[in-house]
Amino acid sequence: MARRQTIKNHIQETNLYRSRLFIVSILVIFMMGVLLTRVAYLQVFKNTDYQTQSNQNRIKLEPLPPNRGRIYDRNGVILAENRLVFSLEIIPEKVQDMDALLAKLQTLLPQVSADIIERFTQRLRASRRFESVPLLTGLNESEQAVLAVNQHALPGVVTRARIQRYYPFSETMVHMLGYVGRINDRELATIDQDNYRATRHIGKVGLEKYYEDELHGTIGYQEVETDVRGRVIRVLDRKNPVPGMDLHLHMDSRLQLEARRLLDDMRGVAIAVDPRNGGILALVSTPGYDPNPFVSGISTTGYQALLNSPDRPLFNRALRGQYSPGSTIKPMLGLLALEEGLVTAKTRMWDKGYFQLENDEHRYRDWKPEGHGWVNMLVAIRDSCDTYFYDLAVKLGIDRIAQGMKAFGFGQSTLLDMGEEVPALMPDRGWKQASRGVRWFPGETVIVGIGQGYWTSTPLQLVRATAAIANNGLLYPLSLGAKLANDSDNQLLRLDKQPDNIFPFKAQNMALIQNTMKAVNEFPGSAFEAFKDARFTSAGKSGTVQLKSIAQDEEYDEELIDERLRDNALFVAYAPFEEPTIAVVVILENQGGGSKQAAPVARQIIEYHLELEDQL
Amino acid sequence: MNSPQQTYTHMARHSLLWRLHLDGPLIVGLLCLLGFGLIVLYSAGSESLTLVERQTVRLGLAFLVMIFMAQIPPRILAAWALPLYAIGILMLVAVMFFGVTGKGAQRWLDLGFFRFQPSEIMKLALPMVLAWYLKDRTLPPRKRDLVIMTLMILVPVLLIARQPDLGTSVLIAASGMFVLLLAGLSWKFISWLAVLSVPFAYVAWNFLLREYQQDRVRIFLNPELDPLGKGYHIIQSKIAIGSGGFYGKGWLEGTQSQLEFLPERHTDFIFSVLGEELGLLGVLVLLLLYGFVIGRGLFIGWQAQDTFGRLLAGAIILTFFVYLFVNIGMVTGLLPVVGLPLPMLSYGGTAMVTMMAGMGMLMSIHTHRRLHAT
Repeated sequence: MARRQTIKNHIQETNLYRSRLFIVSILVIFMMGVLLTRVAYLQVFKNTDYQTQSNQNRIKLEPLPPNRGRIYDRNGVILAENRLVFSLEIIPEKVQDMDALLAKLQTLLPQVSADIIERFTQRLRASRRFESVPLLTGLNESEQAVLAVNQHALPGVVTRARIQRYYPFSETMVHMLGYVGRINDRELATIDQDNYRATRHIGKVGLEKYYEDELHGTIGYQEVETDVRGRVIRVLDRKNPVPGMDLHLHMDSRLQLEARRLLDDMRGVAIAVDPRNGGILALVSTPGYDPNPFVSGISTTGYQALLNSPDRPLFNRALRGQYSPGSTIKPMLGLLALEEGLVTAKTRMWDKGYFQLENDEHRYRDWKPEGHGWVNMLVAIRDSCDTYFYDLAVKLGIDRIAQGMKAFGFGQSTLLDMGEEVPALMPDRGWKQASRGVRWFPGETVIVGIGQGYWTSTPLQLVRATAAIANNGLLYPLSLGAKLANDSDNQLLRLDKQPDNIFPFKAQNMALIQNTMKAVNEFPGSAFEAFKDARFTSAGKSGTVQLKSIAQDEEYDEELIDERLRDNALFVAYAPFEEPTIAVVVILENQGGGSKQAAPVARQIIEYHLELEDQL
Repeated sequence: MNSPQQTYTHMARHSLLWRLHLDGPLIVGLLCLLGFGLIVLYSAGSESLTLVERQTVRLGLAFLVMIFMAQIPPRILAAWALPLYAIGILMLVAVMFFGVTGKGAQRWLDLGFFRFQPSEIMKLALPMVLAWYLKDRTLPPRKRDLVIMTLMILVPVLLIARQPDLGTSVLIAASGMFVLLLAGLSWKFISWLAVLSVPFAYVAWNFLLREYQQDRVRIFLNPELDPLGKGYHIIQSKIAIGSGGFYGKGWLEGTQSQLEFLPERHTDFIFSVLGEELGLLGVLVLLLLYGFVIGRGLFIGWQAQDTFGRLLAGAIILTFFVYLFVNIGMVTGLLPVVGLPLPMLSYGGTAMVTMMAGMGMLMSIHTHRRLHAT
């Protein structure tokens, strides 16, 4: 009824309104209480939880990369160092139009190729928005200037200094040092990820790979306060990284450079070792390549060029080249026959220019068609008589040859501190049956006598066996690293190796063989010309190996094929004869005669080495 | 005729503030609140003085608006109510067709020299028009009036929700509901509304809410669903407030705020900065200041003499409360993120001016009373 009234009841309305206002006021107070309770709950009861979360937000553990150990030669010349390089990097979150930016950079810096952009885009996908992603590394000063001038037009572009591995000797030492490169997925699976958290590079080949653990060092950490973008505001705590150990080599960079100079543009190998401890004084494989582009990531075209070069610059001939040793192994074979009592110094035979097996018409020819006439051990090695060694090989038989030569280190690793070495092949009956499914034929023994046929050897094996003769039979493992030095506490870790004694050679047999090798380098020995007027005594042996392996159907480039079919020239030597301090092997691919081509190089290496020694 | 009431009014009549139609306690409360806000804003804005300066200029402007509004007697306000409401509706419709899009919503009208959100007008126009409608009618309102007023509420609310601007539409709906509530809406009707809100919520969820609004509700219910995306705001805000503890990390020392883990920290999330840096103590001070302002507002409502003044005063101050409740509820994870600023503290001008205009109306209602006893 009351609702129908049109006259307002002021008292009643005021009461109604005020009661409602009162209820609402109570509600407001209650809701304020809810808010306060909620805030108090967060700030008092859950305070520790949120305190922790807040700290987790702002405090981050940042890994600090250790400085990689440097590599020095025996005189302290730095071979692998860490340099500050400036790189052009892009922070994705600051870039509005990445394509436009890259296009602009391409006009400013012409070397920003499509290839570089391609690899940059790949890295971009795998990185965080606020982290800078490298586009170009190794900026020179003018490039830095170009970027600085255009900075305002290039938002998100920064030039950043990073520590990067640098190899000052470029291609001359690459087959020894190897290089470091960006860690790939396969390596990521094998390394200690905790220790590599801050590391971008890892040894890929060579010494860098072999001594990776020692060179790398131990990671450090710092506790930093960061803002929401991960930018460091300040450092709260810090545990310094332990730098890697420095590696000191036996190698003498002066000798190395000289050897490299001597090989010039030929394909081949020159290795010099100290016979007294197996330390490598020089190791050259030509052609080489500049390892520095590999550190920052080589371009596809650059890599393809190396890969497709007929000279195979990436191929480490010193460690992986499997050459027929040719006549260079005649001294070792002779020593074996002497020890077995098959011949003596006086035993002589008549060389009519060829050798024949019983009941076999086939003539195994000497390099000298008319024959050497009467030859004994001295003459046979001095003049490199083939017939004598055909005969000797047959008398020894393949079993005794294989066994004896394995004792000289053939067919097996030289234990060099590098991972890429191949064992090459010292053939025997068992190997032939297993790999070819055919028995060993006597004719195959004959040519083994002059270091051909199935027998292959790495240059390292040859120089090691030569050093063993220089050393009166002590066969040292070869090594590049001499010691590891800890920068901080001067601790040295010597890498000396103990020799594997071959077997007890009779002293007069060893002396005889050494003398035959001495005769090679003297008149009228085969390398007499090369060693004429030398101011030092030396011993040597040449080898000239015919190549048959190149297919005859590559007719399109006659000249090239002809060149590639020429003989390999080999020479092994050591000096001084009385107290040897150097043993060398020189192998020049397709350069012809060993004593004519390889021996002069060997002589110059020895000569330079002895000069360096005299300077001390 | 020497009653205490008269003595008071006699003194008041002669005070300067009274002659300016201003209310002393409310002004003091607001000034404290605004000053406190500027201190927090300085820290939230990474110690940027220009930010504080700009905000101060806005505050000055808002104060002028408040003083201006206080001069307008309630009967004029009542007379303006319907035209203002009509203009507001027209503008909201205009926004639908010619509005400028920003932040994924079409909320602004570009008037050439400045951009304008018509929903701001509605914040005041709706309670005004409802109070005007009931001005000469009997209370509690009759069914017919309820239907008409419900429509008056629904039209702008739906228009604003469509933009989409959920926060403002909720706020405007609340301001309308407060008028009805204060007018004596029967409890039976309120219960019915509560029951009906369930199917309405269902319909709203499926047909009215945009994807991003649904996400906000989902993430409100479980922020961990998307800790780096849409739940990030809430998680970081709770961490900021929670890690503040009782005394706070110290002014300018909040790691969540200063290291920018906290998003929108000088606008919608300014309360989190306060909570982190000044702790529960700071929050207590803020709530007391708010409480004082609201209390004064409710007192003005209590003292108001006619239906229009009562309903308008009550609705304005309660809306102010809802504003802060929704904002603080949102940043503490009690309510979904709807994007409402914290009144008087958040950086920004429009909402502030509207709010201060409302405060001016409160003062007008209070100071234009007939002071002789009835």
